[in-house]
Amino acid sequence: MDGEELTEQETALYDRQIRVWGADAQRRLSKSHILVCGMKGTVAEFCKNIVLAGVGSVTLMDDRVVTEEAFSANFLIPPDEKVYAGKTIAEVCCSSLKEFNPMVRVSVEKGDLSNFDAEFYDKFDVIVVSCRSITTKKLINEKCRKLSKRLAFYTVDCRDSCGEIFVDLQNHKYSKQKLEETIECQLQFPSFEEAISVPWKVLPRKVSKLYFAMRVIERFEEAEACTPGETSIADLPAVLKLKKELCEANSLNASHIPDSLLERLIMGSKEFPPVCAIVGGILGQEVIKAISGKGEPLKNFFLFDVMDGKGIVEDVSNPNTESE
Amino acid sequence: MAMASERQFAAIKGAKVLMVGAGGIGCELLKTLALSGFQDIHIIDMDTIEVSNLNRQFLFRQSHVGQSKAKVARDAVLNFRPHMSITAHHANVKDPEFNVEFFKQFNVVLNGLDNLDARRHVNRLCLAADVPLVESGTTGFLGQVTVHVKGKTECYECQPKPAPKTYPVCTITSTPSKFVHCIVWAKDLLFAKLFGDKNQENDLNVRSSDAASSSEHAEDVFERRKDEDIDQYGRRIYDHVFGYNIEVALSNKETWKNRNRPRPIYTAGVLPEELSKQNGNMDTIYAADITTVSAMASLGLKNPQETWTLMENSRVFLEALKLFFVKREEEIGSLSFDKDDQLAVEFVTAAANIRAASFGIQLHSLFEAKGIAGNIVHAVATTNAVIAGLIVIEAIKVLLKDTDNYRMTYCLEHISRKMLLMPVEPYEPNKSCYVCSETPLSLEINTHRSKLRDFVEKIVKAKLGMNFPLIMHGSNLLYEVGDDLDEDEVANYAANLEKVLSELPSSVTGGTMLTVEDLQQELTCSINIKHREEFDEEKEPDGMVLSGWTQAPAAVKDDKKSIGNGGNASNALEHELAEANRDGEMEEISEPSVKKRKLSEVSIATILDGPEATADEIKNQKEVEKLDDDDDDEEDLVMIDDLNSVGNKKTRLQ
Repeated sequence: MDGEELTEQETALYDRQIRVWGADAQRRLSKSHILVCGMKGTVAEFCKNIVLAGVGSVTLMDDRVVTEEAFSANFLIPPDEKVYAGKTIAEVCCSSLKEFNPMVRVSVEKGDLSNFDAEFYDKFDVIVVSCRSITTKKLINEKCRKLSKRLAFYTVDCRDSCGEIFVDLQNHKYSKQKLEETIECQLQFPSFEEAISVPWKVLPRKVSKLYFAMRVIERFEEAEACTPGETSIADLPAVLKLKKELCEANSLNASHIPDSLLERLIMGSKEFPPVCAIVGGILGQEVIKAISGKGEPLKNFFLFDVMDGKGIVEDVSNPNTESE
Repeated sequence: MAMASERQFAAIKGAKVLMVGAGGIGCELLKTLALSGFQDIHIIDMDTIEVSNLNRQFLFRQSHVGQSKAKVARDAVLNFRPHMSITAHHANVKDPEFNVEFFKQFNVVLNGLDNLDARRHVNRLCLAADVPLVESGTTGFLGQVTVHVKGKTECYECQPKPAPKTYPVCTITSTPSKFVHCIVWAKDLLFAKLFGDKNQENDLNVRSSDAASSSEHAEDVFERRKDEDIDQYGRRIYDHVFGYNIEVALSNKETWKNRNRPRPIYTAGVLPEELSKQNGNMDTIYAADITTVSAMASLGLKNPQETWTLMENSRVFLEALKLFFVKREEEIGSLSFDKDDQLAVEFVTAAANIRAASFGIQLHSLFEAKGIAGNIVHAVATTNAVIAGLIVIEAIKVLLKDTDNYRMTYCLEHISRKMLLMPVEPYEPNKSCYVCSETPLSLEINTHRSKLRDFVEKIVKAKLGMNFPLIMHGSNLLYEVGDDLDEDEVANYAANLEKVLSELPSSVTGGTMLTVEDLQQELTCSINIKHREEFDEEKEPDGMVLSGWTQAPAAVKDDKKSIGNGGNASNALEHELAEANRDGEMEEISEPSVKKRKLSEVSIATILDGPEATADEIKNQKEVEKLDDDDDDEEDLVMIDDLNSVGNKKTRLQ
């Protein structure tokens, strides 16, 4: 790949990782622009990872004011009122992130991402959305897909000791090493809406329970119009009722979504920091893969639950509508 | 494990945790522990911060370069969690102050280390103090976390670790065929010869003067003659090692029958006359600071990723040699290669490239050469973050004594059986482990020829990893190390070291049972001595064979073994996978009682299901593996054999 060479400073700083992904990938990273929306613990972890990796810029969106809850799993917010008073979460995180790597531009954007136009979206290569309703996620994803350029779209959410990542790279070309050779590959991704609309009965039988449980919670939050991630134990009866309905409609055995799992998910509005680190780490790695075009990306859901300790990748796409 | 449970919360709050290592994993781990609510943490790390750490050790800034990792990490975390207690020890975990008593105060020990030696040491202290250990390591996108609880799961040393990659001496001295051979030659022979300890044995000697002269009247060609001009000296060395020595080697026709003949290279043939006399422009460019002395800088070469021509390499060689003599003369005689020593890296790169040119091997850039010479570990922040999260999860289970749910977890680069994070049930302790089960070892040795010193160096220190050994035959002390010995004892032990085993005051012969003890590690092992007359020089270079702990299971195939050497996380992981595979194969052909190690159903299925993926994964590492076989970057290796532990000794080249 042509383009400018890395500077001496970059080579020294990024030495160990260039040995992992090569100078080309490092150059691509340094020209990429990332937008993140919703700054909870997992996204804070993710931001740290990509700032360290040396992306070109990171733009943060989260207009909430800092509360004690906000810094429970977010190490980017010092628990000092003098520091955060009168500032939004994005602003406080921004100043912390800047210190991690002076070569990365970190900035804040205010407003509601779903109201922004194509011109704004066009500035980015990657968008990561967290703690947003199902409608907002669909809307943002669709906006990404309408652009003339390809924009990588991710959602990430952690509840209790569980976490989920969704990936839409649209039509993604990448290279991977197979034996001694480098081979060029291509993957077609469904949109968020397409993926979650895939009827449960056509999915392989062994799809993770967590996948279904997250869809139930998502639908519940949508129906009740509550702030994503702000559920409580009082919601359990309604959630269980919704689960039953969804399972019936999809001819899925209701025992496939354990009540205890749903209970954990609705109670765990606080994130569990080790899970933030794990899911934020995997997301960081995926974004680096997507930008560099090196390595097979995960398609299209990643699910992690501390209970079994497995980090599972599920391909949720409709086999009938997809062409590879 | 519901996260908010009262029990878990109480366990975290009341726990006292020891973290060993504040590098790549350590920074992530300390942050995640703090966020998870841990209140009392001790950190031990002897390292100081370097620029190449900053891409992932996110608690450190440019302004911290040179400062203690443990202390800066503590201060950084106290910024966002001011009300917790973090105690930083800028020290080596092997220091005597960190004894069993010290370890006993902790509820769990978490390792983020970079070398086998320290890992083994901590393993022993944890066993002696009966404190659970969570062990970890990463390389590139690969990583793993394991739990070691005395009596419940295997200890870190229950299974043999992949041995470091070694090369036959003659490949290095006479018949290199790969670039890595040239690097080993440049680093371990030439660099050591010119700038290292003059008393050290060095194979360069043997080959350079064996043509005619006997060693008595041959002057040492590598010594700078009195009043010899430095430029002249450099050219003389150059012409000797790249020219004359190659001519001598070529005269042995037999060697080159089936090999490409190397080409002698002389300065006169490579450098234009005026250049060979006046190389870089030293006076105008150098700063006083030694760390900035650089041949590249004085020659105006900027890009470390660029491969230099033979002429450029030759100029770098001469310039770097000259700079050592002019700017760093006081260090000559005591230098050992250090990947962070720019001038040393330049010299080794240039020397390796000139040798490569001579042997028709492809030349490499300084960046690549540095990776090979420094055995640099590939490291990224994301893997460390994931591994740190997994460590905390296991640590919490350990605190809750949730034994049934302990897992060893692999972080994979490629999806295998739908998983990127793959948990596996831990193995049971190996009943014949000499560390956690105190099973006797046996040693075949020539008791009439081998000295006690050989036994101490090659077995007690190198193989058993002891630092403060005490050796007893029955109730007779043969050897002991310690500060509190009186003069007579010191003299007595020193004399014993030089005696062959059978002539020790208490004679050690076939059938003798020796007791070897490390007082700091509180580890005792018994060694059954078996006398043996002859050893195969190539296969048993130590002249002794220790068995009872590293016995490779019968089904190990050579090819698999060769995958497992080198020594970093990827290798260890492959080793594990290969091993698991082996267990599976054995199960299929239902061979009886192969190993005590039990592998959960899930992992067998997982691994056997994806033989292609596994093979791919291994192949994929191949490129990367070229850069390995080692140790000494900061934090991130798993289960590796540390080349430094055999460092500067000839044995490495066997």
